[in-house]
Amino acid sequence: MPTVQVSTMTPISVMVGANRIIPAAGIIHPVGHADLPPDEEKQLRRRIVEQALAALQAEVQGPTVFPSPTS
Amino acid sequence: MSQPIRVVQFVNQFYAQLGGEEKAGLAPQLVQGAAGAARATAQILGAEGSVVATLLCGDNYAAEHTESAVRMLVDLLRPLQPDLMLAGPAFNAGRYGVACGALCTAVQAQLGIPAVTGMCAENPGVDLYRRGLYIIETGTSATEMLPALTRMLALGRKLLAGDIIGRPAAEGYFPRGITRNELATHTAAERATAMLVAKLRGQAFETEVPVPQFEPVTPPARVADLRRARVALVTDGGFVPKGNPDGIEPMAATRYGGYDVSGKDALLAADYDNVHRGYDTTYVKQDPNRLIPLDVVRELEQEGKIGALHDIVYSTTGVATTLENSRRMGQEIAAKLKAAGVDAVILTST
Repeated sequence: MPTVQVSTMTPISVMVGANRIIPAAGIIHPVGHADLPPDEEKQLRRRIVEQALAALQAEVQGPTVFPSPTS
Repeated sequence: MSQPIRVVQFVNQFYAQLGGEEKAGLAPQLVQGAAGAARATAQILGAEGSVVATLLCGDNYAAEHTESAVRMLVDLLRPLQPDLMLAGPAFNAGRYGVACGALCTAVQAQLGIPAVTGMCAENPGVDLYRRGLYIIETGTSATEMLPALTRMLALGRKLLAGDIIGRPAAEGYFPRGITRNELATHTAAERATAMLVAKLRGQAFETEVPVPQFEPVTPPARVADLRRARVALVTDGGFVPKGNPDGIEPMAATRYGGYDVSGKDALLAADYDNVHRGYDTTYVKQDPNRLIPLDVVRELEQEGKIGALHDIVYSTTGVATTLENSRRMGQEIAAKLKAAGVDAVILTST
């Protein structure tokens, strides 16, 4: 089952063998950010999800951390 | 008597006694002398030495900015020139264990100072860092702080004295994958046969080559056509409906739940709660879409970018969850998703 993990602690994801990994926006809000106004926060969430969907469509050979969508 | 040992210890915000999850965002800082748990170290050292300073960093800061946090901590440490660095012990705290491992590795490499840390077997810091570091094995509870620090210091003293460090079991650290030639009294064939005989008899035996804990997972094939794909959302962030009907545990979960989100455009705070004890859940309770991106995925479905958002969202609590239960729950959820025709999963982790 192709799975993409959105996670802050990406070295752990790599260690346990997750193959598609997206850096999250933070421990306490993986796909959001409390400091942002609501519409910006939703845009951030959308960027992360779109990156996650791109990872699902990507060919990978092993644990791969995709570029952070939050930078 | 030899010179007193000068020790610096690293702790997180909790063991610095500055607070819990609400202080997990603290940036790296230095406190003179022994603070928090480092006072126990000072106590054990007695006249033998002192804790000249305590370094600290919040767990979230360390997890989210590991490289810069380590750099800042090394910079704070450098002028002190201690003889020994201790970090933790982290017991079963995952972010803390990883921070301890990252810091000790950098201190050894960049400053050439012996560094020892401690944590429990399932702490992710163990598998990430044990090859380069001496990590003392502890249990999961901070009630054993004194014995854990005592073992860490004992190993630290040996490193300082340049003593030969014995086998992992003897000294209490996790195997580092170091091979040392020893003369055996029996040939390998004899030893292997003895193990096999013991195994067949149901007797205990000790393997000479432990199998690594994490086997590589063959990457599943990519999703060929996202516009036809059914996508499911899963989380280990402790998301539950109000009242936690499935009784998902706040730590060391053995259960997960599947929750119907059909017809929902977003997850409303009023309908949901969060049981996770490993992070500050304030923000994901305020807006559960910050944990499970339902609102955005629903929009993508409506726009035709994905085939469908699966009706059921799966959730459990991923703090101090055993590897065994994690594997079992993962397999069970995967089986349900497959049976329901799901093509891909987005797993959001805290």
